[in-house]
Amino acid sequence: MKAAAFAYARATSVVNALELLAVHGDKAKVLSGGQSLMPAMNLRLLSPEILVDIGGLAELRGIAMRGDVLVVGALTRHVDLLRSPEIALNAPLLRDAVSHVAHPAIRNRGTIGGSLAHADPASELPACVVALDATIVARGPTGERRIAATEFFKGIYETALSPDELLVAIEVPVIGQGSTFFFQEYARRHGDYAVVGLAARAVVAAGRFSDLRLGFFAVGDRPLLAAAAGKLINASVNPGLLAEAATALTNELDPQEDQQATAAMRRHLATVLFRRCVAALLARPELEMGVAK
Amino acid sequence: MTVTHPPAETLSVLDRPNSYIGKTVPRPNLDRLLQGRGQYVSDLELPRMAHVVFLRSPHAHARIAAIDADTARRMSGVIAIVTGRELEAVITPWVGVLSHLKGLKSAPQHAIAVDRVCWQGEAVAAIVAISRAAAEDAMEHIAVDYEELAAVTDMRTALDPATPVIHASLGDNLAFERTLDAGDVDHALSESEVVEAEFVFGRHTGVTLEPRAVVADWNAAEARLTIYQGTQAPHMVQNIAALHLGLREAQVRVVCKDVGGSFGIKVHIYADEMATYALSKLLRRPVKFVADRIESFNTDIHARDHRCRGRICVRPDGTITAFEIDDLTGIGPYSMYPRTSAIEANQVVNLVGGPYVTPNYRARARVVFQNKNVMCQYRAVGHPIACSVTEGLVDLAAAKIGMDPAEIRRRNLIADDAYPCASPSGMKFEQLSHHSSLAKLLQMMDYDALRAEQAALRAQNVYRGIGIASFIEVTNPSAAFYGVGGAKISSQDGVAVRLDAQGSVICQTSITEQGQGSEALTAQIVGSMLGVSMDRVRVTLGDTDNTPYGGGTWASRGAGIGGEAALQAAKALRRNILDVAAAILQSTPAGLDIVDNRIVNAADSVSRIELSELARIVYFRPDTLPPGIRPELMATRHFVPRQYPFAFTNGVQASWLEVDNETGFVTLLKHWVVEDCGTIINPQLVDEQIRGGVVQGLGAALFEKCIYDERGQLTNANMADYLVPMSGEMPDIEIGHVVSPTQESELGAKGAGEAGTAGAAAAVANAVNDALRPFGATITEIPLTPQVILTSLGRI
Ligand SMILES: Cc1cc2nc3c(=O)[nH]c(=O)nc-3n(C[C@H](O)[C@H](O)[C@H](O)COP(=O)(O)OP(=O)(O)OC[C@H]3O[C@@H](n4cnc5c(N)ncnc54)[C@H](O)[C@@H]3O)c2cc1C
Repeated sequence: MKAAAFAYARATSVVNALELLAVHGDKAKVLSGGQSLMPAMNLRLLSPEILVDIGGLAELRGIAMRGDVLVVGALTRHVDLLRSPEIALNAPLLRDAVSHVAHPAIRNRGTIGGSLAHADPASELPACVVALDATIVARGPTGERRIAATEFFKGIYETALSPDELLVAIEVPVIGQGSTFFFQEYARRHGDYAVVGLAARAVVAAGRFSDLRLGFFAVGDRPLLAAAAGKLINASVNPGLLAEAATALTNELDPQEDQQATAAMRRHLATVLFRRCVAALLARPELEMGVAK
Repeated sequence: MTVTHPPAETLSVLDRPNSYIGKTVPRPNLDRLLQGRGQYVSDLELPRMAHVVFLRSPHAHARIAAIDADTARRMSGVIAIVTGRELEAVITPWVGVLSHLKGLKSAPQHAIAVDRVCWQGEAVAAIVAISRAAAEDAMEHIAVDYEELAAVTDMRTALDPATPVIHASLGDNLAFERTLDAGDVDHALSESEVVEAEFVFGRHTGVTLEPRAVVADWNAAEARLTIYQGTQAPHMVQNIAALHLGLREAQVRVVCKDVGGSFGIKVHIYADEMATYALSKLLRRPVKFVADRIESFNTDIHARDHRCRGRICVRPDGTITAFEIDDLTGIGPYSMYPRTSAIEANQVVNLVGGPYVTPNYRARARVVFQNKNVMCQYRAVGHPIACSVTEGLVDLAAAKIGMDPAEIRRRNLIADDAYPCASPSGMKFEQLSHHSSLAKLLQMMDYDALRAEQAALRAQNVYRGIGIASFIEVTNPSAAFYGVGGAKISSQDGVAVRLDAQGSVICQTSITEQGQGSEALTAQIVGSMLGVSMDRVRVTLGDTDNTPYGGGTWASRGAGIGGEAALQAAKALRRNILDVAAAILQSTPAGLDIVDNRIVNAADSVSRIELSELARIVYFRPDTLPPGIRPELMATRHFVPRQYPFAFTNGVQASWLEVDNETGFVTLLKHWVVEDCGTIINPQLVDEQIRGGVVQGLGAALFEKCIYDERGQLTNANMADYLVPMSGEMPDIEIGHVVSPTQESELGAKGAGEAGTAGAAAAVANAVNDALRPFGATITEIPLTPQVILTSLGRI
């Protein structure tokens, strides 16, 4: 389990990193926290000819409010999301989610940019940025572009980024008053990738949802913004409606089978999560029991 | 701690003021390990050392038509590429059978496959290079032409006439079969309620933190091979390496310093390790092999993988009238060498029903070959299977007749005053304590209150379960385990103790240390017996040149056998010291004692002479000693149990857990163990052995499984997909003891290393079924994954 030989370049600036990527094309790989890339290289699943290490680029770090947008630098480490007061105040969903990502040693190195660029469909942060309606900021040889999170994830380990682009930041709109969040996942052990998970943002007024964004993960080849949530918006939620929405949800899902769960089990768990999420967001525990098949 | 039997008279010496026995004292090797100064084979570097990597078969069963290594051989850093045919000239093949396991058969196994591979992961060629990375680079350029053969993977069809026979010379795929019929099972069947179930156990493995590691160093000038290896049994390795390399044992030295976990994984002889010894001899230089994680999953022995049909007969009053089992296990293509792969099934037959009084027991066990990795002994060999089957059946019987699980056990466990006695399978019990253990367990867990809490929570849709599992454990094996079957695996151990010139003690023992605390317990015993403080006792282990001959550490034998040898050696040295002291002090040996590193008057404890001064006189001024005195400040003793083939221990475990009936996830809330390992030398070491064992049992219950597909491919050979138990999911584990020392030794210690693993999975499975009882679901399969639980609940 030793990586094949590779060259290594430590980028001195974003511009320098982009130059290196332009020169080496798809023979290069960006190295951020290394927590997904290095294991893949050690297993010889990936053998890039050169690593472009962006770890030293201070310009990609930091968490700051810009107007009503929270800007998170690509190099922000998982541990920073966990500890940042700005995140706790403006995007607690990210904090709640990241405590489920791996273990402290990995969270000390892994970055949000790396996690999103890696695009593991069972990963927590991609579902969060979808639920938060975030925008991914990418920079390439021709400049910067903004990609809606819902458009960013294209498949298993596939994103809208091209090999010569760098993910530089994530912009999260902060909607403030009335917004609530829910995060839960079912994983075999704490820190494992989820069997099924849900990251949600809602706006609740007078016992009704005026907005509900449900970002499911590990239920398909990319995070899924569930359309079934629409059935509950501006409606009076009762067990019947919830059951109807749950059925609509299972039709939306296209889960994979793996060693942890069959597709049927993932569908089942997604509906359980769905009910528990709605019950929690509306603070109506009785809804949780309702629709067990 | 409850003492059921007064300690033997002879133990009174242990109650001296400077006794370490029975006390939690820090392990002498702790600082060294915590400061990163352990000496692991993986870290060892020798001059001119080469690294070997094995190209391994991607197929479960295939003929090797051709191997083209020309390109690889020319790559930079490559020293040699060696095939099985080429290595045959240096090392002979072996057959893993023992004569006392009647009918056990296996085929010759080679260090590197010759002509044919029989499991995915079997080595096909060795690449020796100046670094592991260079060897791995070269490996990618070796082309092997395989002709795939039909793979035998399902143990249930391995014996069908339509299934191909893996080794034609053996005639069929049956490695071993044993039957037993004791008492009158048919009569019991006809007059009792009968409950039946099939118990299914996942294949799993040991997952040591440090993988298997060997450095073999053939010194052609001395005609001597030094093997540095993380092993549990150095003398066994010495014997086998010599035998197959055509050397005398004296030409092989095995050195085993620190070992990063073993759990039984490192008590066997692996083909790749044999190949490494042979490569060193062939290339006349040190060669290092350290398995990587994928290799570990594919080649470290697997274990468990049993399907066991069981029946229990019970009367309405709760009397259990019979047990009956039919066990099937698939062991891979070869019986492992030299301990064989029939032991686990044999143990299952020996142990089922063991805690209970019924004399009626019928059993059959069949062991079949298949094209998967080899299976062999792993911590608590056979015990988790036997315990899960027995205790699962007892709970099913209790449910059938509507009796409380604790009550049915109370009515059927062998009475504490019924010993000595024997089980229907012929196991001899010297003294067990099932009833005091159960009583203590129920009190520790506050059983009645827990039942009340369970009932109250059910009303709120919270489903919790309580599971109990009594068990017996084989420890301190005599020659009955391996020796009688012809294996050169010693069941005795030896300890040499000497007083050095400054009055410190040097102790060499043949037991080994892999984290259990062998070093600590040896120092505790020697210090106690000699009256010397522990910091003056230095223990050497793991070196065939520098320790007495002995078995090593496995089968929960270190403390009971090696500990007794240490005790007897220290006693002998003590006598010798007191003889000299009496001569120097013009006293009598009986009138003197050793306390705190000095000779004192036995009567009034007045200090007479420091041990350091006594040693000075003996070593440097023997001319001043009275004539005729011949001081012998070194003593050696060996010990082996003779009266009982095994020192059985017993215990009982309980699990308290919650099942989320909508998701199938299980949360472990609490675990209790009461066990009886006889004399406890170091309470903390014993408790941590039990906790560690429980965690491995909980891993089996909920997480661990080697998943093979129908073509014999291991599909989860990595730490992301093979789920080991981790601290986040572990409950608090509370431990209590009952103490029934064995009378076979003066020390009275039995083993404790496997007790935790023996019963943990059974307790959890019973607790899950207890939690699911309102849903009418019963599961007799482990691991109890959410998928399994949801399926049995009919939710998916
Ligand atoms: C044992 C273990 C358990 C884990 N468990 C989880 C878990 O439960 N949930 C989870 O979500 N993750 C988990 N991870 C993965 C972890 O979160 C990683 O940190 C994350 O997936 C990748 O972040 P990184 O910074 O380490 O990226 P790297 O490993 O450095 O890179 C990952 C990929 O992204 C690319 N990349 C990185 N940064 C950029 C960028 N700025 N622009 C463009 N491309 C980029 C790289 O080229 C590479 O292809 C686990 C990892 C380990 C080792």
